[in-house]
Amino acid sequence: MTARADASPGAATAFPDRGAALPLGLKASIFLRLLAIQASWNYEILLGTGIGFCTEPALRRLPGGKGGPAYRAALARHSQYFNAHPYLAGVAVGALIRAELDGEPPARIERFRTALCGPLGSVGDRLVWAAWLPLCSMLALLAFGLGGDPWLVVGGFLVLYNVGHLALRGWALHVGLSRGMKVAHALGGPVLRQGPQWLGQAGAFVGGAALPLALARVIGPGRTLLGGVVIAVMAGAILLTRLHGRVEGWRLALAALAAFVLYSIAR
Amino acid sequence: MIAPPAGLLPTALLGAILGLDVVSFPQAMLSRPLVAATLAGALNGHVETGLVIGATLELFALETLPFGASRYPEWGSAAVVAGTLFSMTEGLETAMLPGTMCIAVLFGIATSWVGGRSMVLLRQVNGRLARRHIEDLAAGSSRTVIGLQLTGLAADFTRGFVLTLAALLVTIPAQMAALSHWHTAPRESRAVVVALAATVAGGAVWRLVHGVPRAQWLFLAGLLVGLAALGVA
Repeated sequence: MTARADASPGAATAFPDRGAALPLGLKASIFLRLLAIQASWNYEILLGTGIGFCTEPALRRLPGGKGGPAYRAALARHSQYFNAHPYLAGVAVGALIRAELDGEPPARIERFRTALCGPLGSVGDRLVWAAWLPLCSMLALLAFGLGGDPWLVVGGFLVLYNVGHLALRGWALHVGLSRGMKVAHALGGPVLRQGPQWLGQAGAFVGGAALPLALARVIGPGRTLLGGVVIAVMAGAILLTRLHGRVEGWRLALAALAAFVLYSIAR
Repeated sequence: MIAPPAGLLPTALLGAILGLDVVSFPQAMLSRPLVAATLAGALNGHVETGLVIGATLELFALETLPFGASRYPEWGSAAVVAGTLFSMTEGLETAMLPGTMCIAVLFGIATSWVGGRSMVLLRQVNGRLARRHIEDLAAGSSRTVIGLQLTGLAADFTRGFVLTLAALLVTIPAQMAALSHWHTAPRESRAVVVALAATVAGGAVWRLVHGVPRAQWLFLAGLLVGLAALGVA
């Protein structure tokens, strides 16, 4: 671990316990807490309490220990409003821990904390929710469509998804702890910048292949209806795409399905 | 009252655990319909039928990804309900009984909608609790911070349990009543569900990739490969 170039000498002596040098057990505790970072998510302070919850074990190492003035002031700072993608929140948690243990001025830490909110939300949304999750989901649907065994389909999905998920969480915490307030550079790395595009391209191909195969397995043996269904699907999908933003497909489907059920019972 | 083979409480417990995974802990996508419905099917002795209904619901769920603070259906508990309903009636993947998939998917999506509303309610309750303790938070009270997190976890777990149990208590008799009066042929019934699911999924995939360079062509190429594989099979 490299010492921060801009940390004042006074701060270094007052707070000798650098973030990245935290014991493994403490890092594991923070990592486990990160898995529950959204437990009290709400519309008032979003992830705020979660950030405080995750930084708390490391803040006990501030001068005065748990309950001391430095600990309480730092915990209060980090339990305020915060927004980030939950998998990338580790960047903020790690960086804030490091900044506190390095003895950065509170005002600077608060400005840094505010600046982190936006990027950690949008980068994570594009990488995970819009790219990695759909890709893993469509790979699982492809395996299902190819006749995969239930445990293989489900197990394969969970293993694949969570390799990416846990690696991202682990990387985020590591980057935060090791770079402190200099994390901006890491957020511009190729995986975060180009990853959504690469995953999106892979997802597009896999999604195209998975849809007809999954459809065929659900419909079951015999293909007399499949052609009609595929044509109906294409027409419906184009219509939904045109209606994007005005109506959600699942709501339309719920209404259509309810109508069909009523028709099938009443006729 | 007809109960699932595994019993109402174990099934509701599964719904609670998977409902918790949606947001609160650990977001490992155990709550995706593909996983949740398969687990519900396995719990009730029919893992393959659970997978089939899970894959069908997964197609709907592709449209509702949990972006930021958006409001979305809660698929974890809902897929447990749908997987239980489908595995209770269908039994085998190839059984193809009339109306079973329609009813299971309808009640699954309806439960996911109610579940989404319950998550909004929970977040409002969490917000009220945080506001009530705002002075303790500003004073850096670790007891308050940890208490709010644990309360949120417990409340979300309870939410999933109550939702799954209530949904099963309502939908199992409703399913029995609907199936006893069902008049549409099994294959046509299933084709309607699958067409709706794939329509939603097709639209969702297209929207996800339309801004990605070359992705539209890759999607069409994948579609051709999929159709060709069907032709070969």
